[in-house]
Order: sequence, then C-alpha cells, then structure tokens
Amino acid sequence: MTYLRMTGITKYYPGVVANDGVDFEVEEGEIHALVGENGAGKSTLMKILYGMEKADAGQIYLRGELVHIPNPQAAIRLGIDMVHQHFELVPSMTVAENVALGHEPRRGLFVDRAAMIERVRALSEQFGLRVDPAAVVADLSVGEQQRVEILKLLYRDARLLILDEPSAVLTPQEVDDLFAVLRRLVAEGRTAILITHKLREVMAVCDRATVLRRGRVVGTVRVSETQPETIARMMVGRELEVVRRTTAQPPGEPVLVVHNLHVRDDRDLPAVRGVSFTVHAGEIVGLAGVEGNGQRELVDALVGLRAVESGEVVLAHQPVTEAGNRRRRALGMAIIPEDRTRQGLSAPSTLTENLVATRYHRPPFSRGGVLALRPMRLFAQQAIRQFDIRVRGPNVRVRTLSGGNAQKVVVARELAETPRVLIAAQPTRGLDVGATQFVHEELLRLRQVGTGILLISADLDELLALADRLLVIFEGQLVGEMTPETATRERLGLLMAGRGVAAELERVAQG
Amino acid sequence: MDLVNLAAATLRISTPLLMVGMAGLLSYQVGLINIALEGMMLGGAFAGVVIGYELGSTWLGVLGAALIGAVLGALFALAVITLRANLIVSGLALNFLAVGGTAYLMDILYDQSGTLAPQGLQKLPTVQLPLIHDIPTVGRILSGHSPLVYVSWVLVPLTAIFLYRTVVGGHIRAVGEHAEAARTAGISVRRMQYLALILGGAMCGLAGAHLSLGDLPLFRERMTNDRGFIALAAVYFAAARPGWTALACLLFGFFEALQFRLQLQKTSIPNEFLQMLPYLMVVLALVVISARKEWRKGW
Repeated sequence: MTYLRMTGITKYYPGVVANDGVDFEVEEGEIHALVGENGAGKSTLMKILYGMEKADAGQIYLRGELVHIPNPQAAIRLGIDMVHQHFELVPSMTVAENVALGHEPRRGLFVDRAAMIERVRALSEQFGLRVDPAAVVADLSVGEQQRVEILKLLYRDARLLILDEPSAVLTPQEVDDLFAVLRRLVAEGRTAILITHKLREVMAVCDRATVLRRGRVVGTVRVSETQPETIARMMVGRELEVVRRTTAQPPGEPVLVVHNLHVRDDRDLPAVRGVSFTVHAGEIVGLAGVEGNGQRELVDALVGLRAVESGEVVLAHQPVTEAGNRRRRALGMAIIPEDRTRQGLSAPSTLTENLVATRYHRPPFSRGGVLALRPMRLFAQQAIRQFDIRVRGPNVRVRTLSGGNAQKVVVARELAETPRVLIAAQPTRGLDVGATQFVHEELLRLRQVGTGILLISADLDELLALADRLLVIFEGQLVGEMTPETATRERLGLLMAGRGVAAELERVAQG
Repeated sequence: MDLVNLAAATLRISTPLLMVGMAGLLSYQVGLINIALEGMMLGGAFAGVVIGYELGSTWLGVLGAALIGAVLGALFALAVITLRANLIVSGLALNFLAVGGTAYLMDILYDQSGTLAPQGLQKLPTVQLPLIHDIPTVGRILSGHSPLVYVSWVLVPLTAIFLYRTVVGGHIRAVGEHAEAARTAGISVRRMQYLALILGGAMCGLAGAHLSLGDLPLFRERMTNDRGFIALAAVYFAAARPGWTALACLLFGFFEALQFRLQLQKTSIPNEFLQMLPYLMVVLALVVISARKEWRKGW
C-alpha cells in the first residue's frame, strides 16, 4: 500500500532548479533509499516533506489524502519526522531531556522527570537503542547521539522516519547497529526513507531505491532485483551534452606526481589508501567514483588543506607533501573546489575581493603591505570581460550572484594566470547547461596551453567527454585506469560499485 | 571596624545585583546578551518613586517599578526579536533612553533636576524576621532589612528551580544553547525569548525599586551606577549558573561595603584604589573558580 506520494514537486532556488517535477512514492513498511550525488535534490525533496522548505509546485499525499505541511510541527503531527544530518541536540542536557524536549511529561508546571526517564528507558530497550537516559549528551559518542535522535522520533511516535545521510558520521560497526534498528522499526510497521549516496547501504538495508539526478527522478528500482552498478550508472547519468573535443596531444612532462598517498578523514578513519598517479602537462586526468570514496580527502591533501598520513606529492618537480596552500599556489597550482559557496568564495565579499583572494599579497595588488585598489579593480574588470561574468560591476557582492555566475568567478580567479596544474573538483555541479559548457571549454583551453588537469567528477558524461585518461576510485583506492576510448559505462559502473575489482586487477596485471 | 554592620551592608548592597543578575541570567539562557539591564533598572527606580508618590503607596510603587521594567523588557524584545534590530545597539539605545527619559520626565513632571525626593513618600518598611531577630549577632545581620532584600534571596533559588525543574525553564535553556534543536522539537524560540526578557525586565524593575524605595525614598539621575553591567559580568563569569552568579554578586557587594568603610577609616590608600577593590576581587575570584574547574578537567 502506498504510504506517501509526492507528485510534481518543483523547487527553484535563485539560478538553480533543486527539484524539477519530482514524483516520489513510498510504500508502507519499507525502507526506501533516496539516492543521488550531492546537489541532486534529495535533501531539498525531504525538507519539503518535513515542512522546512516550501515547494513552488506539487502535492503531497499521505495514505491517499492530500496534506499540507507548512512547518516541521505539522509534519510531526502527521507522523513524519526526520533525523537531520547535523544532530539537533542540546549538549548540556541529558538524553532523556533531549528526547522529550518539547513534549515533556508534566506534573503541573514541572517536568515529571521520573516518568520521562522511564519512558525513554522503555523505548530504548524496546528498540535496542542502547543509551543511558541519564547521561549528558555532550559526553556521548556520535553513534550514541544518533541513537538519541532516533529515540526522539520514536518518542514522538513517528510513523515515517526520514534519515538524512545517517551513516556519514558513523563507524562501520555503528552503521551496522543503525541498520539493525531500522529493520526492527519497519518490522513493526513503520516506514523509513534513507537519504544516501552509498550504494553499499542501499544494497544492505533498503527495499526500493529512487534515484535523483540534477533535480529529476531517474527511476525507482526494487533493490533485490537490481545490480549495484545499475544504480551507480543511474546516479551519474547518461544524457550526453556534446563537447567539442580537441585531439589529444602527446603529454608533456609530469607536473603532478602522487606516490602511495594515505590520508585519513575527519573521523580519523583511512579515506585515501595508497593512491599513486601522475598528471602530465597538457592532459586531463579524470577521477571517476561514487561520492564519498575518498575524493574529498584526496583533493584536500593535494591542495594542502589536510595533513597526509604517508606518501608523497610532487608539484612541478618540487616536493610539496608538507607544504601549505600558498606555497602550492606559488608553484602554479590552481583549485576549483567542490563546494563553491563555502570553500570557493566568500559570499559577503565583493567580486573584486574574491578575484584577488589568492593574489592580494603580492604585487601589483600589494605594495609594502598596503592593498592597491586601482590594480585590483582593473584586474577585476579584465576578468569580468574575459570570463563573461554577468554582473553590474566589480563591487557587486558575490552573495547576489546566481550559481553559474558564481562559479565563473571561481574559474576566473583560478585561471586568470595560466596554472601549471589545475585541481577541478566537481566543477560543473549544480550548473545549468550554459555554465557547464563554459567550464568545459575553459578546461579544454587550458589543456591546449599545457596545464595538467585533475578532474574529479561525479558525472560520467563529463569525464568521458573531457578526460584523456580515466582513473576509478573505490573506497580510497584506485581500482582501474583506462582511456575514454576503451572505457564503457558498464565497465566504469562495475568498478565504481566495487565489483569486478579482482577481474580488473587481473587485466591490469596481464597488461 | 564593625563587622556586623559590614555584613548587613553587604546584604543590602548585593540585593539589586542579585535581582539584576538573575535577570541577566535569564536572557543569557535564551542566547541574548542583555546590556539593557541597566536601563530597565533605572526605569524601574524612577517608576517606583513616581508611581509610589502619585498613588500614595510605596508598595504600589514597587509593583509599578516591576511593571515598567517588564514593559521595557518587552520593548527590548520587540526591537531585537520581532524587528531584528542589533542586540548591542538596541541595548545601548534603551540605556540612553532610560537615562535621558527619566531626567526629562523629572523635569517636565516635577520641575526637578538631579534628584527627585517627593514630599510624603515613605520608604519601604523594614522587616523584623521573627525568631531570627532576637538572636544576638545573627539577628542584627539578617533581620531589619527592606523586604526587597528578602525577595532577592528567594529569587535566586526560584530562578534555579524555574530553569532546571519546570517545563518552560527547560525550553528556555534549550533555546539558548541550541535554538535549532528547540525549533525542530516544536518549541517557539521567539516566545521563549520574549518570556525571558519580560521576566528579566520585571526583576530589573524590582532591583530599581530597591534602590529608590528601599533605603531613602528618592530618585537620582543615573542612580543605578553601572550595577546592570556588574551583574552581567557576574552572569558571564559564572556561565549563567544561578548559584555561582549569586555568589559573585554577594562577593561584589561585600567588597563594595568594605571599601566604603575603608574610605571612612582614612587609610593611606587613595580612595580611587579602594573603589577599584570590588571589581578587582570579583574578577580575581571568578578567575580562580574557572581555573580550578579547568584544572580539574585536566587540560
């Protein structure tokens, strides 16, 4: 029986379509995966369901009845509740206080603490969510905090539980525990939606999966009848935007050499596990992989924003393994970061300030430690013309720009002086067709003039169209290397899903 | 030096600090830096004298002071919560408004400047605590104060119970510590913030009434003399825990009383240094407290 039906959900943000006529159905008593790359529109869709965002169009039906969800309180009353990616817990309060917050058992004006603790303890035992109701939340591990979040939902008697990337902060053991709890919850008649981009989780615990890509539904599949590589391929898409490819030229000297790199993630778990590769002048090396397989940590390590556990990075013949970002930039590295709003740009600053952010400290922009405004403005005006940034002038605040224009600012800053090496992480994510094309052309132009480019992308079409060589990363290791001519979607999908790794290694060994 | 007298003076001087301290603590607990405590207190002090005189009842004056304090608190809340004005600027504005407004009203209503001591206005009666009053030394320290002194003593545990035992108090703490958590739990952040600022305003009004009606029935311009800021400092140093905040206020009261007496003794220490003493000691004491806590945590 259909429990939830969302039809024609559309949501625009300035310059971006987050959800474009999304139809989404969840059956009662199932665990339904909502998968897609970052920026595919999963979170937006669920925020609309939870009343945190207003859809520009579309309807929501619960058990066949049209419902209106203006705010989270309304959602909670309808039995829809959400565990947010960032926990919403009050650190100084106890587990029980957090779970009951807003719905405390009362005795007159006072909280009935005994009843509250008893109720939380009972719930925790009933669902195997081991956590001490009297413990203070600040003292809990992340896994325990998540159990508190789930207890909160159960305390409010949620029937439809939305979990937004619940495993992102958990250790593998905690993930297994979480899944056991989820199974128990649906076994007793509740329904769950799991937002994730990890195929392993989809295969392990979900009944069905709906794949979103660029704000649209690619399809819904029954997990038991589907191979993971199929889902991987659905996630990264198939519609091809034609890119004018220039003929490959013989690669030049090596400009970026990475040798046996090991990097740990924020949880101190190994994220990059022995990665080695070389990028030559004048070539685009594409790094394919499902997100969360170590790409972010690899990029951070390459650009000098994350300490390396072991291994070596050589940039333009200089060892830079320990070097900071400024030193690497001085050697000719440029970076298009994955998250342009947080890493790539300073939203409250002006266009000019953003454009000189990587070069304000040297002449002509700095004269004896004093900023020279005129050269900065001239530089900005030049960049606006050259990269066709559509703005009123160089003093516009970046916050006011659309996604495509904002990315042009990043590109303009990074490519203004031809770099020797460019690290481009998801450079077209969330961009419309025009802006995507612009970025692609810029990458090809750079390749022509001899820049070595590492292109990290979740979009197979982009990689196949642009890259001279393709590397595939899975769980922090490079599991395949091929040229676009020999690469097929099937083979890439297989490798990205962690299948056929042995077979591929064999092939490599045989040459 | 008369130690009994010193102890009694400490209690009198601490009273407005305790009240304003609890007010500051409430706004701290909803995540708002309330620098308008001073202005709300001054408004209360003025309202106490005016209303007490006009209605011919000191007690109605006290009630009026609390009411005016609450109104000023609501006004402040309206500015910073509903109209989203800057917290610091609005607080400063309210303080200026209180200083200027009381002087202006004093001028146009009573044609007075500097001090307003209306004829016939009585100060609050002193309270003789039963039983305790008859104990020799203790009675002279604890008994015989203005009733608001005792109100301030009750206010501290009451604030603690309110914050840590009642449903609404828990919501207030949740809002201050993690507003998003409170919001997703269905708690109205705005309502809690209004509540804390209005309650705090009433407490500031009471503190003002103690200044203008507790000892001599008169209002002087700027008579609150930065007590609002001292109380706020106590709140911050004590991380808004009611007990520690009260202790810091009492400590300040003690050293303030002490320095008055030292000044009268004509020691060789310049008066300016003696006047610094209370501030210095509060800072020192709180640094020691916090250092001990950190040390126990093990760095």
